[in-house]
Amino acid sequence: MTDIAATPAEFHDAHAHDHHHDADHKPGFFARWFMSTNHKDIGTLYLIFAIIAGIIGGGISGLMRLELAEPGVQYLQAWAATLEGPGATADQANHLWNVLITAHGLIMVFFMVMPAMIGGFGNWFVPIMIGAPDMAFPRMNNISFWLIVPAFLLLLGSTFVSGGTGLGAGTGWTVYAPLSTSGSAGPAVDMAILSLHLAGASSILGAINFITTIFNMRAPGMTLHKMPLFVWSVLVTAFLLLLALPVLAAAITMLLTDRNFGTTFFDAAGGGDPLLYQHLFWFFGHPEVYIMILPGFGIVSQIVATFSKKPVFGYLGMAYAMVAIGVVGFVVWAHHMFTVGLTVNMKMYFTAATMVIAVPTGIKIFSWIATMWGGSLSFKTPMVWSLGFIFMFTVGGVTGVLLANGGIDNYMHDTYYVVAHFHYVLSLGAVFSLFAGFYYWFAKMSGKNYNEFLGQLHFWLFFIGVNILFFPMHFLGLQGMPRRYPDYPAAYEYWNHIASTYGYTLMLAGMVVFFVNVIISLAAGKKAAGNPWGEGATTLEWTLSSPPPYHQFETLPKVD
Amino acid sequence: MTDATAGTLERGKRRTAVSMVMLVTGMVCLGYASVPLYRLFCQVTGFGGTTQRAEAGAMVKPVAGKTISIRFDANHAPALPWSFEPEKHVETVTIGANEMAFYSAKNLSDKPVSGIASYNVSPTQAGKYFTKVECFCFSQQTLEPGQQVRMPVIFFVDPKILDDPDANDISEITLSYTFFPVDPEKG
Repeated sequence: MTDIAATPAEFHDAHAHDHHHDADHKPGFFARWFMSTNHKDIGTLYLIFAIIAGIIGGGISGLMRLELAEPGVQYLQAWAATLEGPGATADQANHLWNVLITAHGLIMVFFMVMPAMIGGFGNWFVPIMIGAPDMAFPRMNNISFWLIVPAFLLLLGSTFVSGGTGLGAGTGWTVYAPLSTSGSAGPAVDMAILSLHLAGASSILGAINFITTIFNMRAPGMTLHKMPLFVWSVLVTAFLLLLALPVLAAAITMLLTDRNFGTTFFDAAGGGDPLLYQHLFWFFGHPEVYIMILPGFGIVSQIVATFSKKPVFGYLGMAYAMVAIGVVGFVVWAHHMFTVGLTVNMKMYFTAATMVIAVPTGIKIFSWIATMWGGSLSFKTPMVWSLGFIFMFTVGGVTGVLLANGGIDNYMHDTYYVVAHFHYVLSLGAVFSLFAGFYYWFAKMSGKNYNEFLGQLHFWLFFIGVNILFFPMHFLGLQGMPRRYPDYPAAYEYWNHIASTYGYTLMLAGMVVFFVNVIISLAAGKKAAGNPWGEGATTLEWTLSSPPPYHQFETLPKVD
Repeated sequence: MTDATAGTLERGKRRTAVSMVMLVTGMVCLGYASVPLYRLFCQVTGFGGTTQRAEAGAMVKPVAGKTISIRFDANHAPALPWSFEPEKHVETVTIGANEMAFYSAKNLSDKPVSGIASYNVSPTQAGKYFTKVECFCFSQQTLEPGQQVRMPVIFFVDPKILDDPDANDISEITLSYTFFPVDPEKG
C-alpha cells in the first residue's frame, strides 16, 4: 500500500553529489530554531527541552531525597520560608512537600520522558527509518513543540501562585478529586490543569502526525511488516495517545468546571462521584505508562540487534507483542484502584487481566535474550544501557506482577513498594532506554563521536546509584512505609539513609559524567562516520551521513 | 515525484489525518459519555451499593421466616444547619415485605434551607436487592426556620438476594443517607 512511487534510483545519489544544491541549505538561526518545520531540528529541540525538564525534575527528586535522608523535618520548613516568606507555617511546609511530589511526577512524565521518547527520538528517526523526507505535517510538528513549552511554563509558574494551603499545586500527578477541587482553592491547580491540556494537545497533534507519516510516507518496499521495531513502537504509542489523552482531557476539563463553574461531576453533594474521576484518570493513566515505555522497547530492540550483529529474534512476535500490550493496557486500569471498594469479582478480573500483560512483555524479554544468543556481541555504551534496561525492567515487571494481585495490593497500596516498582520500570526502565538511544544515535544526530570511556563510566555510576537508591524502597514498602510523606518513624531510617546518601549521590555523579561527556563530545568529539556501528546497524539512518543532510531522501530509497 | 502521485499522497495523508481527528473526537465524547454511563452502570449493577427503585405495588411477595436487619444511618454535611436522625436505628424486616421507616430532620437555623440527600447501602453487594418504593431522597427537601419533619422511606429487600451466592449470607444491611445543602443560586 505504498502511495509513493519514486523513480527507481540509488538513493545514495541524493546526497552524494552536489547537484542536489538545496539538500543542505539551512535557514538562519531564528527561522531555523524558532519556526522550524524540519523533523530533525524539532527532534533536537524536543531533546534539549527534555534535558532541561529532566534537570528540573531530577533536581526536585534531589530535594526530596535530602529531606528523606533522616527522620524528622530538616529542610522543608526552610524551603517553605524561602518560597512563602519567613512566617511559613508547618502546614505550608507540608503543602510544599505535596507540591514537590506533584511537580516531580508531572515533569518527569509529561515533560521529560514523553518529549524525549516521542518528540525527540520519534521525530528524529521515524521519518528516516521509513525512508521519508520529513513528517507528514511539518508545520503541525512545529505547533506540537511550541505547545509543550508554554505547558511547561504554566506548570512551573503554578508554584508561585496560591494552591489552597500554600503556594503551588499539591494534588499529586493524579490530580484526584476532591483534593484537586474543593481541597485546593486558588489558581495553582487551574494552571496545572491547563498545563496538562496544552501538553495533551501537543501529544495528540504529534500522534496524528506520526500515524499519518507512517501510514502514507513509507518508501517503496517498506511494508508495515518490514518497518524497524522502533517505528512500530512509535506507531502503537501514537494510537495509545489518541485513545487515552482525550479521556484525560475530558476528565480534567470536568475538574476545571467543578472547580470554577459550579458543576458537580465529582462532587457527591450534587450527585457526582469522585470515584468516577479515578476511573477516567486511570483509563488514561495506565495506557500512559505504556506510552512511556513502548518507544523504549523499540529503541532497545534496535540496539540489541545492532550490537549482536543479528536481526532481532522473532520480529513479528516483537511487533505484535507491542500491539497486544497496547490493547490489553486499556482494560486493566482499575488495578490502580484496588482499595476504593471494588467488588471481589472486579478485583478478580482486573488482577487476571493485569497479569496477562506479562505474557507479551515476556515475549519481548525472551526475544531480546534470544537475539543476543549466539550473536557477535560487542558491549558498547548503548548496548550496556540496553542490557541495564532489560535487567531493570524485568525487576520492575516482577514486582508489577506481585502488585497486580488485588489481595496483596490491599497491603502494598500507596507504600514505597509501589514507588520502587514504578521507578524500576520508568525511572530505570524508560530512562535507561533513553540513555541507550541517546548514545546509540548521538553520533548520527550530532556528527560527533561520544567518549566511550565516559559513556561506560556514566552507565556504571548510574546503574549502581539507582539500584542503591530504589532497591531499598522495596524493603521500606514491605515494612509499611507510606508514600507522599516528608517524615517517617526512626525505624525506616537505615534504608532511607542509604538511598539518599549513597544511591542519589552516585546517580548524580553519573549525571555529571553524562553532561561532561555531552559537552566535550560536542566541542571536541571526533567526526563520526555515517555508520559507526558496522554491519549490525541495518536501518536506513545508517545509510546517511552523520549528521544527515538537512533534507534527506530527496530521491526515495527502495527497500527490498 | 510526479504531480499525480503527489496528489495521491496528499489525499492519503488527509484521509488518515481526518480519521485520526475523528478518533480523538470520539474519545473525548466517550470521556463525557462516561458520566451518564457510569450512573447507568451503577443503577443496573447496584455497584457501590447503589439502591434500586420500584413503583408502588411492585410484584414481590414476602418470604415467610426469612428476615434481615436494616440499620439506618444519617449524616449531613457540616455546611447544612440541620439535625438529621433516624427514628429507629435498627429494624428487623421480612425479606420481600414492604416496610416503612422514618427519619426526622429539623432546621436549626433562622432561614429556610434546602437540602438533598445522597444515599447508598452497605455491604455494596446488597445494592442490587435493596429497592426503594418511596423516598424523601428522590427530591429536594426545604425546611422553614425551626421546622421539624418526619421523612418516610418505603422499601423492600428483593427476595432474589437469597439466590445470590455473594449476598445470601448478609444478615444486616446499612442504609445510609447524607444530606447536602442545595445552593439556592445553583437551584
